[in-house]
Amino acid sequence: MADALFHLRDVSFAFGPREVIRNLTWRLAPGHFYGIVGPNGCGKTTLLMLMMGYYAPQRGEILFEGRPVGTYRRRALATKMALVPQDFTINFDFSVFDIVMMGRYPHIPRFSSPVRGEIEKVRGVMAEMGIEGLADRSVMALSGGEKQRVVFARALAQDTSVLFLDEATSNMDIQHTLHALARVSDRVSGGRTAIGVFHDLNLAAMFCDRLVFMTAGQIAVSGETGNVLNETAIARVFGVESRVVRHPLTGGIQVLFHKESRS
Amino acid sequence: MKTVTRDAPSGRRGVFIFFLLAGIFLIVILTSAGMGYIRIAPLAVLKIILAKVLGRPDFLKGLDTVFPYVVWDVRLPRILTAAIVGCGLSISGVIFQGILLNPLADPYTLGVSAGAAFGAAIALLVEIPLLGFYAVPLFAFAGALLTLLFVLSISSFEGRIASNNLILAGIIVATVLSAGISFIKYVADEQVSVIIFWLLGSFNSRTWLDVALTFGMVVAGGGFCLYFARDLNVMALGDRVAVSLGVQANRTRTALLVAASLIASVCVAVSGIIGFVGLVIPHLMRFIMGPDNRVLIPTSALLGGILLLSADTVTRAVLPHEIPIGVLTALIGGPVFCYIFRKNRRRLIHG
Repeated sequence: MADALFHLRDVSFAFGPREVIRNLTWRLAPGHFYGIVGPNGCGKTTLLMLMMGYYAPQRGEILFEGRPVGTYRRRALATKMALVPQDFTINFDFSVFDIVMMGRYPHIPRFSSPVRGEIEKVRGVMAEMGIEGLADRSVMALSGGEKQRVVFARALAQDTSVLFLDEATSNMDIQHTLHALARVSDRVSGGRTAIGVFHDLNLAAMFCDRLVFMTAGQIAVSGETGNVLNETAIARVFGVESRVVRHPLTGGIQVLFHKESRS
Repeated sequence: MKTVTRDAPSGRRGVFIFFLLAGIFLIVILTSAGMGYIRIAPLAVLKIILAKVLGRPDFLKGLDTVFPYVVWDVRLPRILTAAIVGCGLSISGVIFQGILLNPLADPYTLGVSAGAAFGAAIALLVEIPLLGFYAVPLFAFAGALLTLLFVLSISSFEGRIASNNLILAGIIVATVLSAGISFIKYVADEQVSVIIFWLLGSFNSRTWLDVALTFGMVVAGGGFCLYFARDLNVMALGDRVAVSLGVQANRTRTALLVAASLIASVCVAVSGIIGFVGLVIPHLMRFIMGPDNRVLIPTSALLGGILLLSADTVTRAVLPHEIPIGVLTALIGGPVFCYIFRKNRRRLIHG
């Protein structure tokens, strides 16, 4: 029991009368890339928000490193977990550098200006995400995909042991998607943990070593990706017919879909 | 490809602009105190102020004996009130814009100014002898706070406040309150001219008590807002990201809304309704300095003080007849705002 990173016990959460998470139990070990998949409205994002302590569960408890997540100070949590949100809107023309720098805020006292080391860190992450050339541009003038890379860089700059991704690459082209998720994989190989909500099962299969299928606020199937990603699980959770194959060249798992579903 | 980073240099630039504005601020105060029916040289004004502040009557040697009275008792209270109200309106404008995530928001958008005006209009209508001087500011406070609480309560859902709802609720409540003010004017009989004149906004015959009241509130409120300035920056990225960066978004928003409303209400209480300062100044400053609230709050405060004091000095000492300051700021501020707005849009669209 001791080395669970997160431990969710019988967690339930409702918005008013609408129950979104129902008696959900889940243990997560550090050093994995967890993928959460499931149909629209099944509670994936809400689950992330609960684990981050953004919402408090109405029943059950969520332990992070052995302590209820609600008992941590916000600032302390911000040095341990970061979020790449699904949608990103901003109405003020902060520069790209300013936004990525905000990822360092939890590490810098309120009124001190960032020291050289902090600026180097921000530059490093921007280079990693290929946005160093945008440093002085206003985020308001960027395209959706560029914005998302900026937001991604901001979360990486936070330099946390846990990274939450809420459909973090939904606006990026395939090149940047693969690049961004590979940067997350690097960090997972280094012992950190990533927990991502995915719509694209093939992306999830490619990067996540653990997979959780959610439906109606509960976990339907969970386990190692190679064991749980199969036609039965996909049919049960999404209600579509599919073929799960091993790619002859890469050995990776691929999900192919039929054009129409009959279930 | 530029690899210049903006953070450190913009901090230094912010400090430079701050001191530049602070210098202009002092010069405008000294110049303004010398302007009017009796002209007094800025140096003489400085001597009079130093004599009063440091308790050195010997500084006054060689000056006309009426000068100290004109500067210290007549002009300075009005000048300082105008300057501080300019600071306060600008600070609350920065905060409201930052919280509502809308560069076009200002104290009016939340109904706060209308609430303060409504409260003050009631105080002017019924005349409560017990409260004396404090009746108008107290009723303005109460009106602003009750309005804010009401707007917050109808726009929040399960303890969370949606910014769009906040603007909508604010506009609805402000509209109803404006109707209420019209009704008060309608039933006011002989008091109607007092209320109308007050609503137009004026710094005429302010006292040191007004100065102390506004100064205390604006400095305390402004300092509070400055403390949370960096959190406000992060809140521009949305609540979820703000929380993930360690900011108590909901609590910070409520605290800042109350602080900015108190600042706005004390400004309305001493000067009536003065439009466009809270809207134009933060917008202009953001255009020059960028959106970092840590820079924006102090520099906007200074620029607001400078511009409102200048406008008040023009109506007091330059124009043949005094125009209510609220009318003047709207006449100047409106077109300036349209210009900035257009220019800003074009810059954002064409990069």
